[in-house]
Amino acid sequence: MGVTDWLRRRLDNAVEDRLGDDVGARTRALVFRGNEYGYDAYGLGRDHLKVAALLAGWVYRHYFRCEAHGIEHIPPAGRVLFIANHSGQLPFDGVVIGSACFLEPPVPRLVRSMVETFVPTVPFASYLLPRWGQITGTPENCLRLLEEDEAILAFPEGARGISKPFSRRYQLEHFGLGFMRLALATRTPIVPIAVIGAEEQAPAVNVKPLARLLGAPSFPIVPYPPFIPLLPLPVKYRLYFGEAMTFTGDSDDEDEVLEEKVRAVKHRIESMIHLGLRERKHVFW
Amino acid sequence: MSSGEPVPRGGDGPRRKKVVITGIAGRLGRVVARALHHDPRFLIEGLDRRPFPGKPKDVIHHQVDLRSKKARDVFRTGEVDALIHMGVMHDPRATTAELYSWNVGGTSKLLEYCATYNVPKVVVLSSANVYGPRPENPQFLTEEAPLLAAQRFPAMRDLVEIDHLASTFFWKARDIETVILRPVHILGRVHNAPSNYLRLDPIPMLLGFDPMVQVIHERDIAEAVTCALTPGARGIYNIVGPGEVPLSVIVRELGRRTLPIPHPIAKPLYALAFRLGLSGYPVAEFDFIRYVCMVDGSRAENELGFRARATLRETIRAVDDPD
Repeated sequence: MGVTDWLRRRLDNAVEDRLGDDVGARTRALVFRGNEYGYDAYGLGRDHLKVAALLAGWVYRHYFRCEAHGIEHIPPAGRVLFIANHSGQLPFDGVVIGSACFLEPPVPRLVRSMVETFVPTVPFASYLLPRWGQITGTPENCLRLLEEDEAILAFPEGARGISKPFSRRYQLEHFGLGFMRLALATRTPIVPIAVIGAEEQAPAVNVKPLARLLGAPSFPIVPYPPFIPLLPLPVKYRLYFGEAMTFTGDSDDEDEVLEEKVRAVKHRIESMIHLGLRERKHVFW
Repeated sequence: MSSGEPVPRGGDGPRRKKVVITGIAGRLGRVVARALHHDPRFLIEGLDRRPFPGKPKDVIHHQVDLRSKKARDVFRTGEVDALIHMGVMHDPRATTAELYSWNVGGTSKLLEYCATYNVPKVVVLSSANVYGPRPENPQFLTEEAPLLAAQRFPAMRDLVEIDHLASTFFWKARDIETVILRPVHILGRVHNAPSNYLRLDPIPMLLGFDPMVQVIHERDIAEAVTCALTPGARGIYNIVGPGEVPLSVIVRELGRRTLPIPHPIAKPLYALAFRLGLSGYPVAEFDFIRYVCMVDGSRAENELGFRARATLRETIRAVDDPD
């Protein structure tokens, strides 16, 4: 008890010291619906958030040196669904988008991303991710949070997108329809985001026989030690936030009707990706 | 085998409603009985095979088995106005057959008496645990969520079946107002699994797991039952306490030490300890300290007007209340 308390206090002080004025002020400015113990209903903890802000801020500013365009499209309040392309074997695109929404606009915005349902079975990740505002990706959770006017980040390509090999970089996979149903049901505006750079953070080939053997969706191998994607390369990230798109219609419509709306979002992201790739001079700077 | 003299009804004012409480001799039963006893609208009768020491004088106690003929007589002769069914046995040491016969057999008998002798109100105290702790659970389960506890946890089958019996009864006997309450972990002096667990020191936890949990004070359960007795109230309701906290926060609030055990060895270790009689915890219950099983209580708030009164801190501290 004594040792853990002491460690906790030390860590807390260290975090406070390193946060800096800007990030520190942003953590305090965040709208937070916590209880008397400093936790909200989804397990987000104010003290844990400071640690996350510190780590993610460093990754965002120094490791990936991220450049964000179209910050004015991040709404300062109210429900919003961020839809982005997913890539790069490791989910750093989520970290970077979350950091951008927290660090760049005049008012910090907490973005919750939807994590896979196996995450609650993994020790430490099971509680650390919720403490940092991430939630288990079920439609019920998303619906509830949008109705509570929160900001949600979703990758409609899901695992198909993130595990795609290097040879198919910047080609979008099939978009799921779930996000559109949720947006229609809650009348939530969609802000499309194009992520440039994540595709090169872990250029991988997929070893299909090994994946089949292990029963995993893919088995990526990267051309640098330790040969499995654990650390991303320090590529430069570029984010493009698009104008909010509003859709109307019945959330229970046939797939074909929704497909059309989803295609509109996908096209918008595609054209932003093309623009970003044209503007980019180099992968690493 | 009733003890205590019946109190004459009537006098001035409206007739007091006769409420039969099963499991009244348990700690939670006594908390609920005491709360209703203070309420001038109700006349309490207990139905429990255990004796009821310290029973208030005007409470009639029938010390009989739920499944017996004498239990039927309570309903046949009594003009019962309401039944509160809390007499569910949780003893992890009892055999499966015994538990099944008592819990499921007893409940179905009781519901049969209520249908036969026109008891207008039936309140069944189930539990939010019937939904089951699962990694793919949404943060808040509504009353429509399937009851999946038995999937991973066969020992919960009885409780799930009681809940199903009651909801079938709700649809079948439409002239009877059936209320099923599914409260979250009840904390207090009660000897249920969550309170007993939190009274341990050190408290075993699974290394790397710290799920959000919901707790409710035992006195708020009495309040919820009172709300359920309101004429017109019927349906299935999740009953939540004052909020949600990580399990570790509860442990810290109580000033206990923790014993983090890696989950792959926790189950075999405690299975052995259980068989040796060193621990009272069926290992399947470890899922409750690993995954979330939280519910949305807004329906009870909107329709029954129920809101927990105790604060989070009071609720957590209630496990250490002196007897």
